[in-house]
Amino acid sequence: MSSETMTIFSPQLAARFDALVAKYPVRRSALVPMLLYAQDEVGYLSDAVIAEVAVRIGITELDVRNVATYYSMLRFKPAGRFNVQVCTNISCMLRGGYDLFDRFQDELGIGHKGVTQDGLFSLEEVECIGACCWAPAIQVNYDFHDDLTPDHVPAILDQYRAKAQSEGKAAHA
Amino acid sequence: MADVTITVNGKKLVAPAGALLIDVCRKAGIEIPAFCYYPGLSLQAACRMCVVRQEKVPKLQTACTTQVAEGQVFITDSPEITQARKATIELLLGNHPLDCPVCDAGGECELQDMTFKYGAGESRMVDVKRHRDEQQWSPAVYYDRPRCILCYRCIRMCGEGMDVWALGVHNRGASAVIAPNGGDRLDCEQCGMCIDVCPVGALTSGSYRYKTRPWEMTHVATVCTHCSDGCKVTLGVRQSSDGAEIIRADNRDKSGINGDFLCAKGRFGFDFVESAERLSKPLVRNAAGKLEPATWEHALRTAAAKLKEVRDARGGSSIGVIGSNSTTNEENYLLQKFARSVLQTNNIDHERTADFAAFAHALAGHPGRAASLRDIASASAILLIGGDPTNEHPLLAWELRTAVRINRARLYLANTAQIKLERQAKAVLRLPSGSYASLPAYLGGQTTSIADTAFRDALLAEESLVVLFGPEYRGEQLNALVQWGLARPAVRFACIGAHANSRGAADMGVLPHRLPGHVPVSQPGAFAAEYPGMPAAPGQSLPEILESAARGDLAALLVVGANPAANHANPTELRNTFLIVQDIFLTETAALADVVLPATSLYEKSGTVTSTYGDVQLVKKASDRPGTKPDFEILVRLAGAMGVDVKTLVPFGNSAVTADLGQSRGAQAGEADRHAVWLAARGLEPKLSPFDPLAALDEIERLVPAYKLDRLNLFGGNDAPTEPGFVPVSSLTGPDVIQPAHDGLFTSGSLGRYSESLKDLLRHQSPAVAETAAD
Repeated sequence: MSSETMTIFSPQLAARFDALVAKYPVRRSALVPMLLYAQDEVGYLSDAVIAEVAVRIGITELDVRNVATYYSMLRFKPAGRFNVQVCTNISCMLRGGYDLFDRFQDELGIGHKGVTQDGLFSLEEVECIGACCWAPAIQVNYDFHDDLTPDHVPAILDQYRAKAQSEGKAAHA
Repeated sequence: MADVTITVNGKKLVAPAGALLIDVCRKAGIEIPAFCYYPGLSLQAACRMCVVRQEKVPKLQTACTTQVAEGQVFITDSPEITQARKATIELLLGNHPLDCPVCDAGGECELQDMTFKYGAGESRMVDVKRHRDEQQWSPAVYYDRPRCILCYRCIRMCGEGMDVWALGVHNRGASAVIAPNGGDRLDCEQCGMCIDVCPVGALTSGSYRYKTRPWEMTHVATVCTHCSDGCKVTLGVRQSSDGAEIIRADNRDKSGINGDFLCAKGRFGFDFVESAERLSKPLVRNAAGKLEPATWEHALRTAAAKLKEVRDARGGSSIGVIGSNSTTNEENYLLQKFARSVLQTNNIDHERTADFAAFAHALAGHPGRAASLRDIASASAILLIGGDPTNEHPLLAWELRTAVRINRARLYLANTAQIKLERQAKAVLRLPSGSYASLPAYLGGQTTSIADTAFRDALLAEESLVVLFGPEYRGEQLNALVQWGLARPAVRFACIGAHANSRGAADMGVLPHRLPGHVPVSQPGAFAAEYPGMPAAPGQSLPEILESAARGDLAALLVVGANPAANHANPTELRNTFLIVQDIFLTETAALADVVLPATSLYEKSGTVTSTYGDVQLVKKASDRPGTKPDFEILVRLAGAMGVDVKTLVPFGNSAVTADLGQSRGAQAGEADRHAVWLAARGLEPKLSPFDPLAALDEIERLVPAYKLDRLNLFGGNDAPTEPGFVPVSSLTGPDVIQPAHDGLFTSGSLGRYSESLKDLLRHQSPAVAETAAD
């Protein structure tokens, strides 16, 4: 599929996919990176994303779903604008990861995989994010926050609320 | 590959290097349990049931992925291994509902058997089981997630075996589920192979679920009545208030040419036998012109009197006979013998779907050039011309896919249309529409309108070849194609028609110009003495019979299991003809008849049928329908009512046979069955009844050289190939009256109209089947 044909992705991403499927000896090797990039752009793996990725690689939608559903970091419903991922694996757990997670639940009023009503935040308990040396750690979208205590939580959330407000204004202007 | 010697449980075994340990052990009678391993499919090594101890290897090894090599030493049974298997079962049972008392698979469940053997009845798991509601994916397929043990057999069978790829697995670990391609529905060929290979009761069949317990059925191995591929099918039968009903069709014992394969029609389309529209009483047209129920005696007397009157007053030439392409060889043989020697007419034909007569002629005198289905399955190179086996001949498509996938056979396709088997093909020749006739010249190296010479070069480089073609080739064109192959070494042929016994109808001489074994009517040879009263000139073909009826020249017409009023004739053309119809339903033709005789279906009678590849197989009576009679018996009774000595028609009760009535039977289990097979194979079983089709089979074997069958094989339940090379060389004539049937995956001529299962599947399929590629 060339980037000129109908696509639901941005021209940049479509061009990136065109290069990606040709990069590996087998086209389907491009599947996981494509799903990750698509999720970054669209926000989640919608039916349309899955359909287009299947066509681009030349496999069935069922095959795409077989792979996509395996990975917990790929999602099929929209997440919040800021997706808070709290690590509760061994290092973070020992250093209070669950306390952190509980505090986020209290502050946001949502549980694991929940999304706030305004769509601003979503919360996830995740496996190791590779920040064990600075446990407990969380990841908000692609930002890391580490060496945290529950008391850090309100400030982190406020930081993103402010960011949303300034970006939101810019976006709506 | 070179043989190696390994030691298993202290016993030396010799096997080809690289063979899988599980296969080697099973062949040697050493049981190794496995859920995910399935012969013929790719390896999964998911279930860990087949673990064995290999000397000098630290951990237990999976026998399904261990390739044997010289000097290896294995232990397959020890307390350690038992403990490992028991632990696996305990984990599998962790979320298994253990609803065995209501589960379809209860009694034939591999998990149940393994639990019984290794015992993991007490679980240390205390968590609440995760329940999910059962899902219906199609009229044929239901999925019950909690019972699923994630062996992936269904996924591999659907993808690798069927090349449909409609099943996948979603999620991971304890959340994993088998998922259909349509989200909540299954868009596929509905073959039911996934249900068949499921080792537990996770996939269940719409037609069988919750109907019975497996041990309440008796199992009858017979031949499928739907298409001409001749799949062996095992019918699960249960006694019912009005006889015996068929509850299930499968072939789990993998007997027969099809192994465990069956398509949707074979697996679910048996329910026409239970249709409320089945005829159960003879019907005779009364003075008011209405069909009314009558006794068998009255109906037979009426039909016989009329046939006799017409024959004696106007001669046999004013009688026509139309035979069936789904009755047995014995019935076809008897029908044409009855037509020729009793009705004294050669006006006999059937609804031909391929030119088997021309095929037999072309191969005459060239033994070893016809391809049985086993030849096709083991061929190294196959040329398929025309047709679409995926839809019209599912078993052939299965064999071709398997040959390519497992034997690395090379499949060449020449077709005017795109067909799904191109995915397995090594080379494809796309022919312009209507150009099948020029193919023999092209293959012969001549310059034709077909430009692609690379295809021909690749094909001609093959050392041996099986050529498959269908009704695209008839008469002289068919002959030209076969002659091309006969001029080359090691080319075999198969001619592909429709319906369960089209080939048998042609071979048995249900043709106006051919006697059994394709002997020309004009040179009857031994048949002149066998069939006294037979006219010397060829008779009328099916269209000619109908034309003659339309002209008013045909005084009587006997139709057996055919529906010319729907397929060929304008119904009013039969107005002036006394019409006798033997059928299982009140078809368009039967509705016009003066006498209707209710016949049994192929599942309710015995005899043999010949697949389109010339493989003869035994048909066994499975179920019962009150009020009906097999066509064989009807014909014998009809002849009897006409005053014929039926011993001249059916050679039964011959004094020369020294029957063993079973005195020598032993008490050992199964010996009675083997004894019966032995007797049948040697023609020693007493044929004491004029209704015994095997008496007719004896006569067929005596008179038809192509049907010199390997009887031990046949009666043992296997396919016995015929040899058209033994057909006498004769002239190639006859009008072109082939009408291909083109029944797809869910249609089956008139039978399909009476099968609720097939109609359900057709409705489910109405959004077109998505044939999407994987990889």
